Amino acid sequence: MELFEDYLAGAGQAYDEMFDGDALRGPYERLASSFSQVTGAEVRARAEALTTAYLEQGVTFDIGGEERAFPLDIMPRVIEQDAWTVIDRGVQQRVKVLEMFLDDVYDTGRVFDDGVVPRSVVTTSSHFHRVAAGVHTPNGVRIHVAGIDLIRDDRGDFRVLEDNVRVPSGVSYVITNRRAISAALSETFTGHRIRPVGSYPRKLLNALRASAPAGVDDPTVVVLTPGVFNGAYFEHALLARTMGIELVEGRDLVCQRGRVMMRTTRGLEQVHVIYRRVDDEFLDPVHFRSDSLLGCPGLMNAARAGNVTIANAVGNGVADDKLVYSYVPELIRYYLAEEPVLANVDTWRCGDPVHREEVLDRLGELVLKPVDGSGGKGIVIGPNASAKELETLRAKVIAEPRMWIAQPVVQLSTVPTLFGDRMRPRHVDLRPFAVNDGHKVWVLPGGLTRVALPEGELIVNSSRGGGSKDTWVLAGGRAVEPVRAAVPEVHAPPMDAGPAVVARSAKAQQQAEQQQQAGCDPAAEPWSAPQVPTC
Amino acid sequence: MLSRIAESLFWIGRYVERAEDTARILDVQTQMMVEDPTVDIDAACRTLLSVMGTEVPGQTDGGRLTLESALFRLAFDGDEATSITSAIAGARESARRARETLSTDMWEAINSTYRYLPSGRFRAMRTQDAFRWMRERAAVINGMADATMSRDEGWHFLVLGRSLERADMTARLVATSALSPGAHSAWPTTLRACGAYQSFLRAYRGLETDREAAEYLLLDRLFPRSVVHALTRAELCLRNLEASGQRVGFQDEAQRLLGRARAELEYRFIGDIVADLPGEMERLQRTCAAASDAVTHRYFTHAVTMSWQGGAAR
Repeated sequence: MELFEDYLAGAGQAYDEMFDGDALRGPYERLASSFSQVTGAEVRARAEALTTAYLEQGVTFDIGGEERAFPLDIMPRVIEQDAWTVIDRGVQQRVKVLEMFLDDVYDTGRVFDDGVVPRSVVTTSSHFHRVAAGVHTPNGVRIHVAGIDLIRDDRGDFRVLEDNVRVPSGVSYVITNRRAISAALSETFTGHRIRPVGSYPRKLLNALRASAPAGVDDPTVVVLTPGVFNGAYFEHALLARTMGIELVEGRDLVCQRGRVMMRTTRGLEQVHVIYRRVDDEFLDPVHFRSDSLLGCPGLMNAARAGNVTIANAVGNGVADDKLVYSYVPELIRYYLAEEPVLANVDTWRCGDPVHREEVLDRLGELVLKPVDGSGGKGIVIGPNASAKELETLRAKVIAEPRMWIAQPVVQLSTVPTLFGDRMRPRHVDLRPFAVNDGHKVWVLPGGLTRVALPEGELIVNSSRGGGSKDTWVLAGGRAVEPVRAAVPEVHAPPMDAGPAVVARSAKAQQQAEQQQQAGCDPAAEPWSAPQVPTC
Repeated sequence: MLSRIAESLFWIGRYVERAEDTARILDVQTQMMVEDPTVDIDAACRTLLSVMGTEVPGQTDGGRLTLESALFRLAFDGDEATSITSAIAGARESARRARETLSTDMWEAINSTYRYLPSGRFRAMRTQDAFRWMRERAAVINGMADATMSRDEGWHFLVLGRSLERADMTARLVATSALSPGAHSAWPTTLRACGAYQSFLRAYRGLETDREAAEYLLLDRLFPRSVVHALTRAELCLRNLEASGQRVGFQDEAQRLLGRARAELEYRFIGDIVADLPGEMERLQRTCAAASDAVTHRYFTHAVTMSWQGGAAR
């Protein structure tokens, strides 16, 4: 296996998903055998074709104004069925609990009275919006879409790293990655039974329609995007296209008499459900940032009046605050009386004096994260930080302890990733997506695997130069022989070949006749002789 | 359909047609200037630039214009608003904004055309190859649209934009030929640039005169690049967009403008038109611009964009 030369030398202490020491792990056996049949150069050529295809299709994102192909590694990541069952259950449980928590926070606050979470945790969150209190969606769903970030620790167990219940992005890449990889590795692909991811847009549309205001039979659903310059614009366009609904910008919308309308070529048309990809702060200048041009004035009032559903709901940010994250296991026990299926990563809250003292003592060995950050911003990894960075950090934590949490350095699992024409171990995480239609939380079998491309790097966000992988969730068992279906008898009328084709078959004969008539027999000439026009 | 999306489609139609027709016009002009030794290159370039609606440098400060500089401005210069490069970039930007409504095939056709620009491949081609490439790309884009877009409102806006631009650009092409300073007639080359030469010869049985060539490009009802054909097509799109059937006259300003312009062409003596071709063509271009404004006003801007002023929660 030329591709995997020296692979193990690069492997650290982290759990490698393909190799257990020297031995291959079960789910990767087929993949390894098909990769062993091609050379490194061939694999690299296919990987380059992937990049070109993404540029042609416009599967890109912007880094500082430059448009780049979304980085996709050719080596898929495989998740076996048993592991997936746990993830599926765990994510469902998590979303259910966060729904109940949000419902409680913006209603009576039972959870505070019972002393499970201090009220201050929520009221000090910058994502807590009093304006969202008392706004109920018709089917009670606030988290229409969730993305729960998971990592695989050094024992191979999945743990939750953070929850995203505001506007989780990345699902479009799950869909396009699958299409691209199935084309690049078609022969490998057919040897596996991989659960499909293409049904996501349909599930999402169903969930959005289900959340429409009462009494609307055929709701108009739209996707609200900040605009073409947003980094995730590709995703907004793809979702709108695959759901067959309009993609609107703030300036396309107008509120009249508590209803939201969009400007069309035939005048104003009412909108019932808005799948918004705009942050809370920019959604409605009446209630939030008054200088925002991305939203639509009056949106919140229309939502409060029950004439439009905003998905995901405004104010969800309190539930994916990293401080609240540390309470989620207790919340699961409190609301559902169950044990968490997926464990958290151990977390110290710097707001708690006892925790803070320990964190400040061990600053050099922990990972410090700002509670409201996303995209890997502001994270300090203790062992990699200089003494000066640690001093600045210490000052920041002491000044605003509520704003920080600390976690041990978790060795994210590694998966082989192509560099040049060799595979190298790189750290990955996983973001499964869940859609809640009010009856059931559905978890997309797959999810976005993000790769930290620099060696040893642990932050995987694409805004920090991370790559991605297609994630294969195997449907139980080995690939089976395709079912042999009886070929139905078809009696289609024969196709008319047309006069030109009919004439062509007659031509050979005709030609011979004409040439014979002119006195030169082509059969008599050697075929390589120069064609001299003798007749 | 969203007004913003409709506007994007209308402009995709216009930009693609503009890029193609500019390539056609430049192709003719290059050939004329290269083949005819009697042509005053400087004067020909000035005419070309002014007919294409760009700023013509003053005779004193600009010095003498060369064919290369004129071609650069009209084809490759990204800062020139009406160059081929700008038109492709504009088409791609509009397509990006309307991406969810375009078919994937059409988006890819536009996007891969655009990707030739930043990579420098378009600039590196020999000019004749570049013009041919542009014509072919436009054919791919239009062909993809034709094969994959459903004939809904969006399609009508796309074709409306394309037809308006085509009428305008054919008018410009006719004007450049009429103004051509060379000793030889520019008309055969002009007809060839439109791909109209063979069909013209067949229609007029080889009777090839300047007047007939102008007549053909302006008035032929069957040739798809003629002004009258393009105007008729644009009118048809407007009629399809107009929801209600009308018994009296036309309510729509764009429809009125285009109908009047077409009637002016069709019902006047051809001799009157040919007598002052550049002037007639300029009037036609202004009508197209006015019709475009009328469409914008009616379909794309329903209300003045409002902005929120005043107290927020914080």
